[in-house]
Amino acid sequence: MTSQTQPDDKSANPNRSTEMLSGAAMVIRALADEGVEYLYGYPGGAVLHIYDALFQQNKVKHVLVRHEQAATHMADAYARASGKAGVVLVTSGPGATNAVTGIATAYMDSIPMVILTGQVMSHLIGGDAFQETDMLGISRPICKHNMSVRRPEDIPYLIKKAFHIAQSGRPGPVVLDIPKDMTMPNQKFPYHYPTEINLRSYQPKQQGHSGQIKKAVTALLGAKKPILYAGGGVIMGGASNELTELAQLLNLPVTNTLMGLGAYPAGDKQFIGMLGMHGSYEANQTMHHADVILAVGARFDDRVTNNTKKFCPDATIIHIDIDPASISKTVNAHIPIVGLVQPVLSDMLALLKQKKKKLDSAALQSWWQQIEQWRAVHGGRYDTTAPLLKPQYVIEQVSKITKGEAYVCSDVGQHQMFAAQYYPFNKPNRWINSGGLGTMGFGLPAAMGVKLNYPDADVVCVTGEGSIQMNIQELSTCKQYGLGVKIINLNNGYLGMVKQWQDMNYESRYASSYMDSLPDFVKLAEAYGHVGIRVTTPEELQPALERAFALKDQLVFLDIHIDPKEHVYPMQVPGGAMNDMFLSKTERT
Amino acid sequence: MRHIISVLLENESGALARLVGLFAQRGYNIDSLNVAPTDDATLSRLTLVTQGNDQVIEQISKQLHKLIEVVKVSDISEAAHIERELMLVKVKANGNQREEVKRCADIFRGQIIDVTPGTYTIQLVGTSDKLDAFIQALGTTPILEVVRSGASGIARGEKTLAL
Ligand SMILES: Cc1ncc(C[n+]2csc(CCOP(=O)(O)OP(=O)(O)O)c2C)c(N)n1
Ligand SMILES: [Mg+2]
Repeated sequence: MTSQTQPDDKSANPNRSTEMLSGAAMVIRALADEGVEYLYGYPGGAVLHIYDALFQQNKVKHVLVRHEQAATHMADAYARASGKAGVVLVTSGPGATNAVTGIATAYMDSIPMVILTGQVMSHLIGGDAFQETDMLGISRPICKHNMSVRRPEDIPYLIKKAFHIAQSGRPGPVVLDIPKDMTMPNQKFPYHYPTEINLRSYQPKQQGHSGQIKKAVTALLGAKKPILYAGGGVIMGGASNELTELAQLLNLPVTNTLMGLGAYPAGDKQFIGMLGMHGSYEANQTMHHADVILAVGARFDDRVTNNTKKFCPDATIIHIDIDPASISKTVNAHIPIVGLVQPVLSDMLALLKQKKKKLDSAALQSWWQQIEQWRAVHGGRYDTTAPLLKPQYVIEQVSKITKGEAYVCSDVGQHQMFAAQYYPFNKPNRWINSGGLGTMGFGLPAAMGVKLNYPDADVVCVTGEGSIQMNIQELSTCKQYGLGVKIINLNNGYLGMVKQWQDMNYESRYASSYMDSLPDFVKLAEAYGHVGIRVTTPEELQPALERAFALKDQLVFLDIHIDPKEHVYPMQVPGGAMNDMFLSKTERT
Repeated sequence: MRHIISVLLENESGALARLVGLFAQRGYNIDSLNVAPTDDATLSRLTLVTQGNDQVIEQISKQLHKLIEVVKVSDISEAAHIERELMLVKVKANGNQREEVKRCADIFRGQIIDVTPGTYTIQLVGTSDKLDAFIQALGTTPILEVVRSGASGIARGEKTLAL
């Protein structure tokens, strides 16, 4: 296996005198030409030529994190908020391996990212050189694609190709490994940045098949108990408007996955909440009893379906997804449609408007009556009389003070589920969490990535005392770049989600789920030069939040001591159907 | 069910590792794998024999398609096709056995391609089943070494897997 794909020079402009640049300068110049504003990274031997090139220009700005994992999450969160690929630069060996968790996190959630990893000199590769790791081998199963630079003159083409692959089709992270000798400052080559890339082996589908779309519309119009189930694909696919229009045209009940929150406005009456393991009672009931499920940009993940053998026994499933491999993977789809969700939904809308037909209105009305009854059963209740602060209440108050408009970046645990359940997301791209990999330590760097790019927005990091300590060092980065993130630390003194499982399945034997020797988070925030506020009673919450959000440009660390005994409900019963749920510590469906 | 999957792959470094890694990562099995460049030096042709029910085979083919360097995928065992595998077998052949082995090779249309006073090396081409049958037919003849290429396959008739 020999040849390297040749640069495609179709877009060359013969009139422009070609510039001569070193490989290192080409890396930075290509990023600038791609419109990249921020590069998140950490220097080291293998990338020093690139850092030197970075220093000598001012178009691409570099953000120095304190750990490479944070760089990947910052870039990832920027991509989730903006829809554009985030870019990371790390050195070889330990720099690259520190980025692995972040690459896997982005891969599981289909987030476009370009990760540039340094590598030892080409002639040393394979010889166990200092700081050599086989980054192509390590990253292969956790990225959409990876490549290495073999000739410096290929750099612009390879960078364009990386962006093209990361951002098209089903998005994902792309790793480009750059041996140090590809970036020698004194070896210069003609620079030309291609305007487009055409790969014969990679032609992702755009439009959906018109026959399938017709079939889907017919099935949908014949439904008596329909539901629209929308996932993260609607958000990354920029199809929220079309989805909302379609749902409202047909008066469909809508549920969003954990990744899809905000795809349909939570404040609308047709929204019945998140579905799945910690989904709402009404969403899981509605799914289970539906006769037609319109699944859009969702992948029937095991955290949604519960036991696939008992999944939605009466439903005809229409599944729209850009990735054919996601269709009929866990649950068989009766009407598959492969394509970008936005054009497919547009085509469906056009057809529906032209047909001027609606669903059987009597059937739909009684379906809605049933759904309203389910909604009344649980409806997001929790104990409001308890003397201790409830995490649900804290999230509700955060949503009030931010008017439901904040970017909420979450860590992983009970706090994540409370945020998903109790913060009503009315817009897409505002709920930023690691859904697929469930990466503790994601929240703070994610909030930083968003705040840097949207300095005027309220950016909240919802976390727990366990998760926050996985990337706590980034408080230093926040100080350096003036990132006024508001940290809502729902401190229950436990690895709460682990504890909840131990309560439910291991007779409360808390094997290593207790966080002993916690730091004084207020003092810790202050040590890094930020503001820390401790909240231990319900009365203290309101004034603390007001103070925190009034301090516009400052990072405020709110260490909020909550009821350590609280569980997340509803919770699906393992091995059951969609609608087998625990509703509280004492109730079960 | 046994399936023969043909793949056209960009002849680039790392492409084969990615493809094989996919099988390991997702728990699909590979009975045999055969790869070489084609008349077009930028492309490799790969024949992969695997087992699985319809759902597994569908996932395999979709997942293969997703790999950036995979140009085309086809399950050639779905329709009329030709399958060939090459086998080299080195056996102990002394005295009476020499005649026995020769006759057996002739029946299977094999060729003896190397001879020493104590050994024969036989070359045989056919479907994988036929090669299995030959090994069975050798009976008590001591086998010293077996080398098999894994199946190569091609569709019958006008149908082609090409650019
Ligand atoms: C990196 C990583 N390690 C382990 C886990 C498993 N895990 C899931 S939730 C959780 C507890 C999180 O504790 P905390 O951040 O305090 O949140 P809480 O559940 O208490 O709200 C753990 C250990 C994980 N998701 N990620
Ligand atoms: Mg906790």
